[in-house]
Amino acid sequence: MLSLIRSIFYTFLHAFHKRETQDYPEKMPYLPPRYRGRIILSRDPDGKERCVACNLCAAVCPVDCISLQAAEGDDGRRYPEFFRINFSRCIYCGLCEEACPTYAIQLIPDFEMADYNRQNMVYEKEHLLISGQGKYHGFNFYKEAGVNMGVKATGGGENENQPVDLKSLIH
Amino acid sequence: MAKIQIDGTFYEVKSEKNLLDNCLALGFDIPYFCFHPAMGSIGACRLCAVKKFANADDKRGRIVMSCMEPVVEGMIISTDDPDVKAFRESILEGLMANHPHDCPVCDEGGECHLQDMTVMTGHNYRRYTFKKRTHNNQYLGPYIKHEMNRCIQCYRCVRFYRNYAGGKDLNVFGSGNRVYFGRQQDGALESEFSGNLVEVCPTGVFTDKIFNKHYARKWDLAHTPSVCQQCSLGCNIIVSERYGMIRRVMNRYNGSVNGYFICDRGRFGHEFINSPDRIKKVHLRASKASELLEVDESCTLSDFMGKKVIGIGSPGASLESNFALLNLVGKENFSHGISEAEHKLTNQSIRLLQSRKVYSPSLKEIEKSDAILVLGEDIAKTAPMMALAVRQAARSESIKLGEKLGIPEWNDYAVRELDQNHQGPDFIVTPSATKIHELVEMAGQAFAKAENPLIITGISGGNEDILDACSTIADALKKQGKKLSVSIVFPECNSVGLALLDGLTLEETEERIDGRQKAEEKIDTVIILENDLYKRASKERIDAMLKKCRQVIVIDHLMNETARQADVLLPAAAFAESAGTVVNNEGRAQRFYSAVPLTGQLKPGWSWCNDQWENLDQVVNALVDAYPVFSAIKNQMPDADFRCSNEKIARQTMRSSGRTAMNANISVSEPKPPQDNDSPLAFSMEGYKGSPPSGLIPYYWSSGWNSVQATNKYLDEPDGHVRNGGDPGVRLFDDIDKE
Ligand code: SF4
Ligand code: SF4
Ligand code: SF4
Ligand code: SF4
Ligand code: FES
Repeated sequence: MLSLIRSIFYTFLHAFHKRETQDYPEKMPYLPPRYRGRIILSRDPDGKERCVACNLCAAVCPVDCISLQAAEGDDGRRYPEFFRINFSRCIYCGLCEEACPTYAIQLIPDFEMADYNRQNMVYEKEHLLISGQGKYHGFNFYKEAGVNMGVKATGGGENENQPVDLKSLIH
Repeated sequence: MAKIQIDGTFYEVKSEKNLLDNCLALGFDIPYFCFHPAMGSIGACRLCAVKKFANADDKRGRIVMSCMEPVVEGMIISTDDPDVKAFRESILEGLMANHPHDCPVCDEGGECHLQDMTVMTGHNYRRYTFKKRTHNNQYLGPYIKHEMNRCIQCYRCVRFYRNYAGGKDLNVFGSGNRVYFGRQQDGALESEFSGNLVEVCPTGVFTDKIFNKHYARKWDLAHTPSVCQQCSLGCNIIVSERYGMIRRVMNRYNGSVNGYFICDRGRFGHEFINSPDRIKKVHLRASKASELLEVDESCTLSDFMGKKVIGIGSPGASLESNFALLNLVGKENFSHGISEAEHKLTNQSIRLLQSRKVYSPSLKEIEKSDAILVLGEDIAKTAPMMALAVRQAARSESIKLGEKLGIPEWNDYAVRELDQNHQGPDFIVTPSATKIHELVEMAGQAFAKAENPLIITGISGGNEDILDACSTIADALKKQGKKLSVSIVFPECNSVGLALLDGLTLEETEERIDGRQKAEEKIDTVIILENDLYKRASKERIDAMLKKCRQVIVIDHLMNETARQADVLLPAAAFAESAGTVVNNEGRAQRFYSAVPLTGQLKPGWSWCNDQWENLDQVVNALVDAYPVFSAIKNQMPDADFRCSNEKIARQTMRSSGRTAMNANISVSEPKPPQDNDSPLAFSMEGYKGSPPSGLIPYYWSSGWNSVQATNKYLDEPDGHVRNGGDPGVRLFDDIDKE
């Protein structure tokens, strides 16, 4: 009897507590920038696609939901011919972002991915590619790499010497 | 043999091999770069360090390069001493100092020996903060891409290209930190073996340009064991597929045939499969005057069969496809589709090889010959890998001389310094200027001292007199107690297999179609299987022949001249899309498997010719019943029901990616993987991944060894024979010998 009254009393007290219910979607919750939600592909500071189609994200993905095909532009620059993520399989683990050597693939704090039709959860490159740099600013892979893929000449990088001139006698 | 102690355990090792070679054979993971099992050692990279102790009391020991160390009875070594590990790591750090930050865009990535060795030695943090040395790249032709920044100066490329394969236009330039591997100036590589640089180079300096056009990582490719169909040698290859498309061809090790290498024709010649000229659909011609048009309905060959049918097979098609056609039209109506001259010479050659008089050597055995006569055949063109084998055989005298002086064969640089390009007693002779008795005389002189004499000839350049001379020489040698080896180059990948079936020549076929001799046998329908007749006889002759047939049915994969003449054109699966057996010049029957699941109307030739047979095994059963000469194929090759630990063998690697996304654009529900009824291989990443029987190895991979260097893990010893069943293929002529 006593415990019953105590329960009713506590329940009554809750009427004066701060409300836990959120007015979603009228009021959006705050999610930190590193929250792992919808995946995007970003661009480098020059506005070009960052992804170099190395396939590392696809390889690391535990549910195998990324598939892409590498292609090379006329300047030799490598990019994905298509890039597909099947979000109906994605578990938002973020391993793809960690594996990516170019900061191209990033998870962002958008979790509104639900859909009545699974087929709508297959995203192609046009759905993934954004126009900015995302979370990581200032990095351009082709400036760090040794290859000349239209961004800098061989030996033209900051950490590189000019190419060896084999015909000179002096080292 | 010698007994040595490695890491505290005693092992029996081969004294004619160096320490590294022996350790690798025993399964030790010693990192290395410059050593190559087929090319020996030069000690350039310093990575293969081990510690050698003077005796049991010596606790300090000294670091030696295992690839330059002969094994001596009682030797004590350590492969995992802390000093050795630190030494290897520092060597790697040095090699990496100038290495570019390229892995994500490097075609070698994921199958890079440098990546593997970096992980193996434990070097993982860059301390060198100065600027990197860079190099300009060269244009090396349509097949090979050059990215010199990635070089680690192991010298394997020039040792293969120049020393092993006799190329002239690739060399090493500069000195010190500027050492450069390339050509004197931009230009296409001249060697017909240049593609091997892709596999020989442990880094991504030389990569496959054809593969680059539709690149995929090794871990993403589905790999299938196959056999090259570009010449009669039957080199073993791995054909790789991704997203339903053939992507590349790599070498598949066969210790009796091609070893570690294949020629460029085999490596780069597969692109016709992706050609826009491929026939993918049934084409029909409503009447003789109308055009050949694609149709969508499925149909079978029996819809078009006439009353009097003649079938023309092809030495370029599999045994099964040829037999299925023979079976359909009957022995007396089956034609080999080759000229009378070629037919006659081929049959005579096979009789010679089948006789006990001479021995039909494998390519590996050709390498071990010590006197060779090449008669009338331009083997560099018609059988490139045989030319490479002859090149190795030409060193036999130098190697013997080295052994006499105590320089083992593996000490490659020393032996080559010793021989100064000396070549053994090889003779190249053209038959036109030579009479038979001169030939016999010449052979007598050349073979006088030889232990393994060999005569090489071929169908394209040889003649009957040469074959007769071989018999005569064999008889003479027999008196001296020696057996003559004869290797004959045939024109196509299955010339030998086809010749073991009955069949007419092209001339006889023309006569039959002409119907002048026996009017009652006049042919109304001709079925041509994967054979472009216009390449075999003049246009007038073939035109005349085809015009006389009421109906021309062509089963082929490319829109060639013959296909254009068809009234009914049926799309055949190319070699990489179907399974079958081909018999090489040595008489070795080898099985190839389909690398990509068949789609649409494509069917293998044998399946077009007989819709009763459901899989390859049923064709082989019927073949063996009709031609017992092939019984070894049925007895020794695993059939489609074969399983490893109750599983099919997976074509895909365990890291294969994109399974739930690659078809998601079509349907988000993942489809069931396509079935393969013709082989024990699965189009899937699920299945057996261990070391399967030798003929069924889809790809080379071993923990820590992602590059092609993992090949050695599948062999009884480096440069040895394939484990688990021996070198792939069954020799048909040996069986005849035994009977
Ligand atoms: S977040 Fe995880 S599951 Fe989703 S695509 Fe990336 S790696 Fe795959
Ligand atoms: S890991 Fe990054 S660069 Fe590589 S394919 Fe994925 S998104 Fe592109
Ligand atoms: S050669 Fe190997 S280590 Fe160097 S960039 Fe290419 S994949 Fe990376
Ligand atoms: S190019 Fe390749 S094979 Fe040649 S020395 Fe450099 S790393 Fe070695
Ligand atoms: S492998 Fe021994 S020094 Fe290179």
